[in-house]
Amino acid sequence: MKGNIIKYAKDNIDTDVIIPGQYLKVHDYAELATHAMEGLDPDFHSKVKEGDFILSGKNFGCGSSREHAPIALSHSGIKAVLALSFARIFYRNAVDGAFLLPIEIDQDAYDGISEGDQVDIDISSNEINNITKNQTYKMKPFSEIIGKIIAAGGLFNYNPE
Amino acid sequence: MNIVEKILARASGKSAVSPDDVVFANVDKVMVHDVSGPGVIKVFDKLKKQGISVDKLWDPAKVWVAEDHFVPSAEKVSAENIVKLSKFTKNYGIEKHFKYGMGQYGICHTLSHEEAMVMPGDVYVGGDSHTNTTGALGAFACGLGHTDIAYVLLNGKIWFRVPETLYFKLNGRLPDHVMAKDLILKIIGDIGTDGGVYRTMQFGGSGVDEMSVESRLTLCNMTTEAGAKNGIVEPDQKVVDYLTSRGATNVNLIHGDDDAKYAKIFEYESSEMEPIVAKPFSPENISVVREAPSVELDKSYIGSCTGAKYEDLEAAARILKGRKVKIRTEVLPAAISIYQRAMENGLLKIFLDAGVTVGPPTCGACCGAHMGVLAKDEICISTTNRNFPGRMGHVESQTYLSSPLVAAASAVTGKITDPRDLT
Repeated sequence: MKGNIIKYAKDNIDTDVIIPGQYLKVHDYAELATHAMEGLDPDFHSKVKEGDFILSGKNFGCGSSREHAPIALSHSGIKAVLALSFARIFYRNAVDGAFLLPIEIDQDAYDGISEGDQVDIDISSNEINNITKNQTYKMKPFSEIIGKIIAAGGLFNYNPE
Repeated sequence: MNIVEKILARASGKSAVSPDDVVFANVDKVMVHDVSGPGVIKVFDKLKKQGISVDKLWDPAKVWVAEDHFVPSAEKVSAENIVKLSKFTKNYGIEKHFKYGMGQYGICHTLSHEEAMVMPGDVYVGGDSHTNTTGALGAFACGLGHTDIAYVLLNGKIWFRVPETLYFKLNGRLPDHVMAKDLILKIIGDIGTDGGVYRTMQFGGSGVDEMSVESRLTLCNMTTEAGAKNGIVEPDQKVVDYLTSRGATNVNLIHGDDDAKYAKIFEYESSEMEPIVAKPFSPENISVVREAPSVELDKSYIGSCTGAKYEDLEAAARILKGRKVKIRTEVLPAAISIYQRAMENGLLKIFLDAGVTVGPPTCGACCGAHMGVLAKDEICISTTNRNFPGRMGHVESQTYLSSPLVAAASAVTGKITDPRDLT
């Protein structure tokens, strides 16, 4: 899966900046997308393109359980978030609702990948190839259940038996 | 096994579980509110289009519904969400729907304990991150998103990775000027906002034994701010008394084994604890109150699931009795039952005499939604739980998180104030 990087080089990007609380009453996915990242980057909506990836630091998506957060990013066109680590509810919302892929990366990938780089994520080999810079990094493999839910296309399509 | 492992083993029909095991746990109680409810309705609509049946819930008697985030409705989208929620509960036969303007209602987490809805040993999930609060009753209480809650409503179970447990031991009774809020802010300052991610935060020791159930609720509430999956306190007679006085019967206790394992044990001495604030823009950005920046506050907010239980209002009233506030101050009891007790016991008179505005139960300004949000550059001291940029209003407003004692003392002086320093 190929995409271009939008990089936020900071830790603890929380759900209040991903989708501010005043929009929690909104359940129209397209409208939520117009407010994505509004608390941190008011230009996000105008610059994001279908298929882009976000790159960020530790504890991405911390804060509330609002599924509005992965929904707003996903309906903006974001297919994956690459981060040093994730907050747990954001992570499981992203996977169980099949909104986007949460990819845990290491410091080399975080430092090596820049804004605008085109990268190719291969979840079968757990590799991230930076096409722009011709570099390859490892991603942390998904745990067994996460891998199965992603492969099924979300929790409702996954059969635990 | 520790208490969380025991609960998850029982709920998943296994004799034993260990950290990292993945289980499908049967759920005992589930909560949705006026944000997650409409979110779940949207998921149901999607499922219908995919041919998945959403005709009936697994067990409507185990579901309850709160109206809290956008009530009283400030505009028509919120009002329509409340109407949608009422249709949903009617269609699916959910009887426990706490409606504002119709007797008891309030913040979902507050209702979970005020209405004795969750019992020790339960697996309780809610469509809100602060569902962790109710772990103080000895339940496995965990917040989930809309898709997961929809899955629980239809199937009665959900997957969990069994968490490791961090054990926080408090030695000795907290001094009178220090509240559970100060302790949990101190802990978050020590371990960071990702210090509890994927883990349980369990609280114990003589200091927690001596705490009221409401203080323990404050501790578990803010485990969310450390990223924890859940917070828990082993239940004792205080929990039994608390629940039975609210109408519960057959309250059974559950405890971890003597050889229970914890990933790490942290010890705190009550005698060393001080009033704490978390400065903008993170709950981990803490300072002792006496060393906090000397900023001119615009507002003091005493509200939310974290800081507007009866005990919190009583603490604020102790400070405000016979004094006047110097800055805009709002008290919003977290449920009608608390509001009523505050009225009967004279707390509302103390607040009104001090110049405070008393509002209805709502999550409103805590999540920056409505009813008292902050303007650009406004600075607020608040008994709530988060202070990320824009959390309580404008992205350039600032929130300091504190205990109700500190928020009330600061309301009197207009500066961040240790309750011991009031003259």
